[in-house]
Amino acid sequence: MTLIENLLNALTPLNLVLAIGGVVAGTVVGALPGLTATMAVAVLTPLTFTMAPDSAMIALGAIYTGAIYGGCYSAILVNTPGTPSAIATTFDGFPMAKRGDGDLALTLANLASVCGGLVGALGLLLLAPPLAEVALAFGPVEYFWLAMLGLTLVAGLSRGSLVKGLIGCAIGLLISMVGTAVVGGDARYTFGTPLLLGGINIVVALIGLFCVPVLIDLVATPDEHLQVSDEVRGYRLREALGIAWARRWNLLRSSVIGTVIGILPAAGGAIASLIAYGEARRSSRTPELFGKGAPDGIIASESANNATVGGGFIPTLTLGIPGTPADAIILGALLVHGVRTGPNLFSEQSAIVYTFMFGLILSTVLMLPIGLVLGRYAYKSIIAVPKTVLAPAIALLTIVGTYAIHNSIGEVWLMLALGVLGWVLNRADVPPAPIVLGVVLGPIAEQGFVQAWLIGNATQNVAGMFFGRPISLAIIAAVLLVLLYPLLSRRRPRGSEAE
Amino acid sequence: MLKKIAFVAALAATAALASPVVAADYPERDVTYIIPFNAGGESDVTARLQDAPFRSLTGKGFVIQYQPGAGGAAAWSQLNGLSDDGYTIMGINLPHLFLQPMSGQVGYKTEDITVVNVFQLTPHALLVNADSPIKTLDDYIAAAKQAPGATTVAGTGSNTANQVAQETFDQAAGITTTYVPFTGTAATTAALLGNQVSAQWGFTTVAVEQADKVRMLGVALDERHPLFPDVPTFKEKGIDLVGGAHRGVAVPKGTPEETRQAISDIFTKINQDPAFKQKMDEGGYILLDLGYEDMDKFMSDLGAEYVAVGKALGLVK
Repeated sequence: MTLIENLLNALTPLNLVLAIGGVVAGTVVGALPGLTATMAVAVLTPLTFTMAPDSAMIALGAIYTGAIYGGCYSAILVNTPGTPSAIATTFDGFPMAKRGDGDLALTLANLASVCGGLVGALGLLLLAPPLAEVALAFGPVEYFWLAMLGLTLVAGLSRGSLVKGLIGCAIGLLISMVGTAVVGGDARYTFGTPLLLGGINIVVALIGLFCVPVLIDLVATPDEHLQVSDEVRGYRLREALGIAWARRWNLLRSSVIGTVIGILPAAGGAIASLIAYGEARRSSRTPELFGKGAPDGIIASESANNATVGGGFIPTLTLGIPGTPADAIILGALLVHGVRTGPNLFSEQSAIVYTFMFGLILSTVLMLPIGLVLGRYAYKSIIAVPKTVLAPAIALLTIVGTYAIHNSIGEVWLMLALGVLGWVLNRADVPPAPIVLGVVLGPIAEQGFVQAWLIGNATQNVAGMFFGRPISLAIIAAVLLVLLYPLLSRRRPRGSEAE
Repeated sequence: MLKKIAFVAALAATAALASPVVAADYPERDVTYIIPFNAGGESDVTARLQDAPFRSLTGKGFVIQYQPGAGGAAAWSQLNGLSDDGYTIMGINLPHLFLQPMSGQVGYKTEDITVVNVFQLTPHALLVNADSPIKTLDDYIAAAKQAPGATTVAGTGSNTANQVAQETFDQAAGITTTYVPFTGTAATTAALLGNQVSAQWGFTTVAVEQADKVRMLGVALDERHPLFPDVPTFKEKGIDLVGGAHRGVAVPKGTPEETRQAISDIFTKINQDPAFKQKMDEGGYILLDLGYEDMDKFMSDLGAEYVAVGKALGLVK
């Protein structure tokens, strides 16, 4: 079959309907806090078992890409990432919505997601085999340094005092250590309860730390949830396109970062968007605006997280190693369909693979109109609903969403406890962002460090392990650049500053 | 141990033929089948493939649900609180059911779980990268003897089947290697393919998926694996390591005896379905026929083995 035939196959009426339905279903599920992209794929996978393999793959790809995108709705409108991938979207998305630019923020997120999704999908279509090597070149020590690079963002996420940001980050790192350690198998900070043995789920922490403080403020202050301007402004698409075009380098850079980090089996959308956000902030001429509603922040986060979709499929399809947890589910679904991924997939079943890739590009393009309409609807509902209804509705969603993760009422209590902790810390000027940074990056930093140490020790070359590998050195250079950049740029006159 | 398995399998086959169908009307409706892991894993794929023969045998289907968390413990600790009318069953994995309660408070004890059928095994396999200088099991042992501890071996998690294999093999072969735990099979396999480690303890399923990118040095079976006729068993090399990860189903403890038997008989029959069998064989799985009547002996024998392993791992004092 030629590529054109594969493209036409992706465009059959049935596949088109599946792509549209998948994007809509994924976006809605992704928008609900607690229901992650992984869960959207898991829940909707059984529906695909009655379909032909290529249709099933198109539906699953559409659901996945829609869910990663949908996470931005609740991130922007209620300061709660709908999926972990949307964590960094809250940093500037919610401040924008708060000041009355929620519609613009949603349209920007849509454009960035579509752009990121396309870069990731094109990477998958054109460069999958060479890019898959990235997944293999990344060893434990590279993951460790990548986590360190992510942690440097703490300075940007602190509100005023760096010390308080570091305190928040340390609390997050401690939260990430709860449960059975991967290396060593010790039960840490579990206080003898089975509930904590599996660790504190990232989504439980997200809902507690982000959403509960918003809820408390919603009922404790007389202000409106979001400011609304009286004029009817539609989608503000032209304005958003202008903003995005002016930030095209950020868009491109974040999409590439997202694609590459999506390839790494132990990283994912959350880390991709955080790293892209950090890079956007570092290279910006106005880093002080980040966290206060800078469009650059939304663009970086949303383009990076949707780029991980295509990126994640690269090792999944070429190596048989899932790039993200959602990819693992899709991989399993393919096995049930009798499609074996891995080294032989491209040669033996290339028709299915290329149909799927075109389907993924199609779904990503469809996300543009679907996302704009759904986003408009979400925005209108949030601003139209009075606070007396909004607060209990969100409260109910947080509880249902938390319960849905493992059907565990214990985790609901855990979420509420973390929420109260988050609110108290927020009052003390320790915002949730650095805490969550620690929660997300803690396991990667710890496992990478211990694994690298074990391997380095076994080969009696610990120093060479940490400081002697080319990719590590490049990441270390990036870490140093981030840490020293403020000092360097202060000394130079503003005009000669290179991007 | 496989001889034991073969023996009980023969028993099971006889029993399945001889015993009158007690709960003849089971199942009268769809059966909820809880998988204690995320969708997409080996347990899920197996359950999905069991669904078709289950439908053709009984006219009813599975409603597959996922309850992941704490490596399966989140679901197993809830099992006995579920409805015990026979319409709720749960996937189980060994050695998880033995090792988890040894390592701490997981909310259940091994003997709390009523296993009615163990239907498959993925044997331990020692793998190296296809371009590794280590060509044979002898090379591997020689390399580890030459520089004790310098050979690094990736595996999934701590106190898991993979670490049990590493620990048991090293003791039997008289070598020392460094076990490096990773989260999940994906990260572990990526570490091997990227030459971050010298070898990997995994299962035959990994060797099937990765095909010519990896080389399997040995397999923990009594006889050679049909898909890998050139790969020796550890036993051939004088190393007593036979086993792997078992999968089966359990029911809440109040489930009536005849229903337990009926469920077990159905799973035994599913294993005989030619299409199902072919898919499992191709995937590197070994099908077992360990029915309800064999369970007490099977679980207590295997349990005794794992107490010894637990001591070696320092889980049991």
